[in-house]
Parts: sequence; structure tokens; C-alpha cells
Amino acid sequence: MTQKAFVRTEMLPPREAPSSVIGPRAWLRENLFSNWFHSILTILSGAFVLLVLIETIPWLLSPTWDGTSLNNCREILAEAGRDGGACWGVISERWPQLMFGFYPSELYWRPILAFILLAVALAPVLFSDKVPGKLLYFTAAYPFIFPWLLWGGSVWTPIMVAAGFGVGWGIYAVVDRAGNSLLAVILGIVAALVWWLFLASPVADTVNAIIPLGLEAVESRKFGGFMLSITIGVVAIAASLPLGIVLALGRQSDLMIVKYLSVWFIEFIRGVPLITLLFVASTLLNIFMPPGTDFDIILRVLIMVTLFASAYMAEVIRGGLAALPKGQYEGAASLGLNYWQSQRLIIMPQALKISIPGIVSTFIGVFKDTTLVSIIGLLDPLGLSNAIRANAAWNGIVWELYGFIALLFFIFTFSMSRYSMYLEQKLHTGHRR
Amino acid sequence: MTTLTDPPKEQFRLSMLLYDTRYRSATLQVIALMGFMLLAGWIISNTANNLQELGKPIDFGFLQEPASYDINQRLLEYTSRDTHLRAAFIGFLNTIVVAVLGCLTATILGVIIGILRLSRNWLVARLMTAYVEAFRNVPVLLWIVFTMAILIETLPAPRAFRGDNATASMVLGDSVAFTNRGVYIPEPLFSNSLGNVHLFGETSLRFDVSLDLLLIVAVLGLGLWVSRLIRRRADRIQEETGDRPVTWYLRLGVIILPTVAVLWYLGFHLGYPELKGFNFKGGTHLRNSLIALWLALSLYTASFIAEIVRAGILAISHGQTEAAAALGLRPQKIMRLVILPQALRVIIPPLISQFLNLTKNSSLAIAVGYMDITGTLGGITMNQTGRELESVLLLMLIYLLISLSISAVMNWYNESVKLRER
Repeated sequence: MTQKAFVRTEMLPPREAPSSVIGPRAWLRENLFSNWFHSILTILSGAFVLLVLIETIPWLLSPTWDGTSLNNCREILAEAGRDGGACWGVISERWPQLMFGFYPSELYWRPILAFILLAVALAPVLFSDKVPGKLLYFTAAYPFIFPWLLWGGSVWTPIMVAAGFGVGWGIYAVVDRAGNSLLAVILGIVAALVWWLFLASPVADTVNAIIPLGLEAVESRKFGGFMLSITIGVVAIAASLPLGIVLALGRQSDLMIVKYLSVWFIEFIRGVPLITLLFVASTLLNIFMPPGTDFDIILRVLIMVTLFASAYMAEVIRGGLAALPKGQYEGAASLGLNYWQSQRLIIMPQALKISIPGIVSTFIGVFKDTTLVSIIGLLDPLGLSNAIRANAAWNGIVWELYGFIALLFFIFTFSMSRYSMYLEQKLHTGHRR
Repeated sequence: MTTLTDPPKEQFRLSMLLYDTRYRSATLQVIALMGFMLLAGWIISNTANNLQELGKPIDFGFLQEPASYDINQRLLEYTSRDTHLRAAFIGFLNTIVVAVLGCLTATILGVIIGILRLSRNWLVARLMTAYVEAFRNVPVLLWIVFTMAILIETLPAPRAFRGDNATASMVLGDSVAFTNRGVYIPEPLFSNSLGNVHLFGETSLRFDVSLDLLLIVAVLGLGLWVSRLIRRRADRIQEETGDRPVTWYLRLGVIILPTVAVLWYLGFHLGYPELKGFNFKGGTHLRNSLIALWLALSLYTASFIAEIVRAGILAISHGQTEAAAALGLRPQKIMRLVILPQALRVIIPPLISQFLNLTKNSSLAIAVGYMDITGTLGGITMNQTGRELESVLLLMLIYLLISLSISAVMNWYNESVKLRER
């Protein structure tokens, strides 16, 4: 007698998961209505979001882009049969001012070109794996192109300033070949300083007299708007990173005097608000200089904001240095590297990588803090907003103007923080879990 | 044949200062110090020359001259006949007021938002993320000016509260009025007041301490102390017998009853603001500048605190919760005894540095006309007397003192919660 057993020869198709586990209903249940408390929270916040949307969307979609004053806007809205809405006239009338301040409008191409070139110069630094490395030469030249484009004047001035680096390097190379490296460094620096302090400007004047080449000069007080914020932000950010590294190394140094000088500087700067440093820039910096010196207000602000940012940067980098295990220092020393070699090849690449989030948030902080210059009378977007609101035509305007400025700041800072996330991902060479 | 026990004594040469590691660091330090001294000397001599030329040598005497400007939001009495020093002192107190108020509200808001951002509820978590990103990506000065503009432009004028068909009305049982000139709230009054103690005589730093307030604080403190004793006793009984006596009504009673009794004895009542003529009289007037500064600073700092709280909670590994549960602790106790103490260790240091930031950011008061130390000493006093160097130096010194005392508290805390290893 044969017993027959049923044996299935092919697999059954898998059954659909029950709708309580996948699909939109399950998602809703899991994420929005998991219990009575969360349900109430969801309903309340949903109602809040709806309310905000109902209030703002019609307000945003208001046909007032041609309004010439706040009253005119109200008339346009009344004609359209609306009882409220944004007055976009102020943005369409004043946005060039909010962007460029009182920079001559026929020269707008210069700041625009400067910022496009800024993007080009930043590309090899920011996206080093996607852009040809040759662009770094342009990045090195950019610090001289940038002020020339913005302030104008003779083309020979930035070239002669750049030549100072060449002079210093040349002297260094010659003496170094003669066999004395320390003397070479000192002589190189002295030569560059002598060139900048005494020779650069007469040489530039002479060459300019022979071959006059240049752009129309624009005074600092015509600078304003986002152009000013970005200028201050970019310069302070770029200058504060190297300065911050030096200060952080000084603070970690074994040399006691160097260490205490760095500590005092960092703690002093971090202990006072930026606004007091800007008061120093606006009232005191000229007093600190030899009698008769009167240098540009934007330059003075740049100096103080850079010092301010570098103290914060130093603390961030010190955190990165402290986070490195001591074995890294010892390993570098056992390879026979000297102090600067081990810093450059072993310590800094790791310490900087660890401190990227802190560095970027310091950058963001510096960029946001550029608004403080409106308090000492520079016309950044906030300073301009005060002027616009004092204007009879736009008296009483609030949301449109500040919303616009806030949005622009948001775009810049938010993209910076996203970039820092990208960079962390890219440099994350350790084990990922 | 001779054996050398000592190496030949080396002649000191000048180049050894640079090439011998024994001397090199000393040389470098001396060079650095000399460079610094040269720079400092250069700046000081320049300053001295320039000030000589301007005809105003460094002199702090201006602090004793009459200030002749008004400060409308203040804690102590002050008239425009008082000295610049008095004005600076009033400004300093205003800085402290807005800093303390701001830190309190920012902490409360920040903790709530930070916890809600970790919520399992998708919508709530997204909303809180939006809040945090919106507030910390926009400059705080913009928030301050923005808030000020909103308060001035959208709130009703005091006259809108007048008449039979008023367009605006007071809230909370006619006790609080939101107007475009500020917020009027009830003030505490004592009909059997004990009076004040005058401190520092007639100097610029004089101030009055209300005895009523001192008494209330003392009674409240005593109540808290007794309440703690009761808790200790309950703990002891629990240790011995395993049963915890019910004490919450006792503990509440020893705090509330004496305080109420003292308030009744002092004749405590509220003075309500009333509309008289074109403006409100009575009550406490919080100016728009204070409200705007307070609100903007708290909302802005709250977004940073929220991130700190979130990071602190995420920093505690899940194993801690599981281990505590394995020991048989209840969820509430797990939170209180295991998670929070560890999370606080991560949260508190950055939290205190946010307090420091808030205090320093309060100097932006000058943008909305709130008379803090920057508005008085660094603002009107500096412009009136032309004593930029002295004013800015004093201003920096005061902020440094505030910052250093906050960091001292932080270091003390860090030291007390440091993990004791090995």
C-alpha cells in the first residue's frame, strides 16, 4: 500500500503584508495617531499648520508688485476687492538697494562678477574631488582680484601687493639655498614687509603713470546691503581660519609665554560682546594708530570682526586638537617629524576634520553677526531697513521687508549648514555603522 | 692613558640660542614677548599722543558729572540729574534683568522644543525642526528689530481701549493691557509695608532693598528647608521599613501656609493698570524695547538650547535604559535616576555657554533703545562726553566680569560632575 503525501513542488507567492503594518494607514497610525496623547498633539499641530497656511498664502499672493507706497498698495488691494495682503512694492522698488546699498548702479556688474568669481575660487576648496586642481591657482589670486573689483582703483596696487609675496619668497629661496633656513625665513619676511611698507605704493604709482590701467574707484560709504554682509563675512571667515589655527596651536603650546598670550587674547575676545569690538573699530582704532592715520571704516570693521571670529575659531580647533589621541602626537614624533611637519601632516588634517561642524557653525555665526555693523552706521540690509521704514512712503511696513531679509540670510546660512553635513559625510573615512 | 669621565665642557656659542633645543624655546618665547611688548608699547604711545593732540587725557572724572538723560525702563529710582556712573549702574541692572528673564524663558522653551523634536509624532517633530532651523539661521539682531517693529505696528494704541465701543480690550480679567507703547501688568503692593533698607548712602551705587521682599524670601526659604527635612525623614523611614510615609501635603503645607500668612500680614494686593486720559496709569509698565529684546533673545536662544537638549538625550546609549529596566526600575525612575543625571552632564556645559551668549547678545538692546549697560555707558554717555576710550574700556571690563563669573560657575559645575575614573 502506498502512502501518498502531498508535497508542493513550487513556492507559493508571498502574501501581501496586512494593511495594519504597511501602507499609508499604518504609517499614519505609527507616526501620527499611536495613542490618544499623540492624536491630540497631531490634531492641534495640524490645525496650527492649516491656520498659518490659510493666513499666509493669500497674504503672500497679493498683486501689489507695482505699488509705489504703502497707501498705494492698500488702494490696489481695495480695487482688487481684498481686505489685506502683502505690499510687495517695497521689495520690487528697493531690492537693488538691499543687495548693493548705494553702489553706483552702472557698476553693479563688478560686485556680481566678484561674487561669481568667488564661487569659482571656492569651488576647488569646497568640492575638491569634482573640480580640476589647477583652479587652485585662481583661488590663490582671488584675494587680490576681489578688493580690486569691489573698490576699483588702479590695477597695479593689488599686483604690487601680490608682488610682495613674490619678493619675500624669492629672498627666502636664495638664502635657503645658501644653507641657512631660519635666516631665510626671517629675511624673507623682512623683505616682504619692506616692500609693502616702503616700495609697493611708489612703484605702483610709477607704473600707473606709465600704463594707466584701472577701474573707477568706489568709496566705502557707498557699500551696503547684502554685498556688504557677504564681503565682511567672506573676508572674516577666510582670515579667521588661519589665525584661529595659530591661536589654537599657541594655546596648546609648551612655550609658556606664547600660551598665556594666546589664552588671554582668546578669553578676552570671547568675554566681550562683538558690539563693543565694533565700537572699538568705529571710535578707537584710529586713536591706536600713529597720529594722522585715518583708514577705511570697512577695513577697521573687517579687522575687528576677524579678530572676534578667530578667537572662537581657535576654541573650536582646540577642541579638535584635544580630541586627538596622544598616540598620534607620539607616532608623528617617532617618525622623526619636527613640530611643523607633524602638525601639517598628521595632527591638523585629523583635528580639522573632527572640528568641521564647529568650524562651520562658527562661520554661520560670523555671517549672522555681520548684521551688527548696522549699529555703528554701516548700511547692511538691517541698516537699510531702518532707512526704508523711516521713508514716508513705506512707513509702517514690517513683514514684507524683514521677511525678505530673513529669507536671504536663511538661504545663505542654511546652505552652509547643509554643506557641512555633505563634508562630514565625504570625510568620514572611519568605520561606518 | 687617561679616561674621560666628563664630556668636554662645551663653549657657549650665540648660535646655540637658536639651534640647541635646550635654549631654543626660551629664545622663541623671549622674542614673542618682546614682539608683544613692542606692539603694546607702540599702540599705547600712539594712543597717548593722539589723546594729547585731542586734548582729552584719560580721565574717569566724567562718571561723576550729571548724566542729563532719562532712562525710562529701570529698577531703581533715577533722574536725569544723577551721575553718569548712576546711569551706568541702572543700565547694568537692566542688562541683568533681561539676561535672567531671557535665560529662564529660553531654557523652558528650549527644553520643551528639544524633547518634542525627538517625539515619535511625525508632524510635531517636523514642526519643531522647522522652528529650530528658522530661528537659528537668521541673525538675532534681525529678530530683535523685527519683533520690535511687530509690537509697534500691530498692537493697538492706548486710545483704542477708550470709550464705549473700544476696539481693543484688556485681557486676564482687565488686568493686563497689550498696547503699542508696551505691556501694562499689575504690580504687587503692600499696605502694611515694612519699608526699605537704604544701602550705600547717597553714592551713585545706592539702592533700596524692600524689607517685604526679604521677609517673603526668608519665609519661603525656611519653608523649603523644612520641606527638605520632611523628605529626608521619609527617605530614612523608607530605608528602615520599606514603607514610604505619604508626605506631599505636609511638604506643600509648610511651604505655602507661612508664605500666605506673611503675604496677608503685609497686606499684599495688586495694583491694576487703568486707562487715564491717553495712557495707562498704575501697574508695571514693560516697555516694548524690553519685551522685544526678551522675546527675541529667548526665541532665538531656545532654538540652540533645543539642539543641546536633543543631543544630550541622544548621547545616552539605549543600553543604559535597558540595564536600568533589567534592575527592575520603573520608566519614571529610569528617567530620573539613570538617564537625566547622565544627560545633564552633557547638556549643562553648552547650556551655560548659551546663557553666556544670551547675556552678550543682550548688548544688542541698543538697536531697539532698551537702556542696558551698552545703551547707557556705551551709547548716550559715550556720545555726550566724547570719552570713547574710557567708556569702551569700562564696558568691556563689565562684560568680562559677567562672562568670567558665568564661566567660573561652569568650571565649578564641570568639576563637580566630572566622571571619577581610576
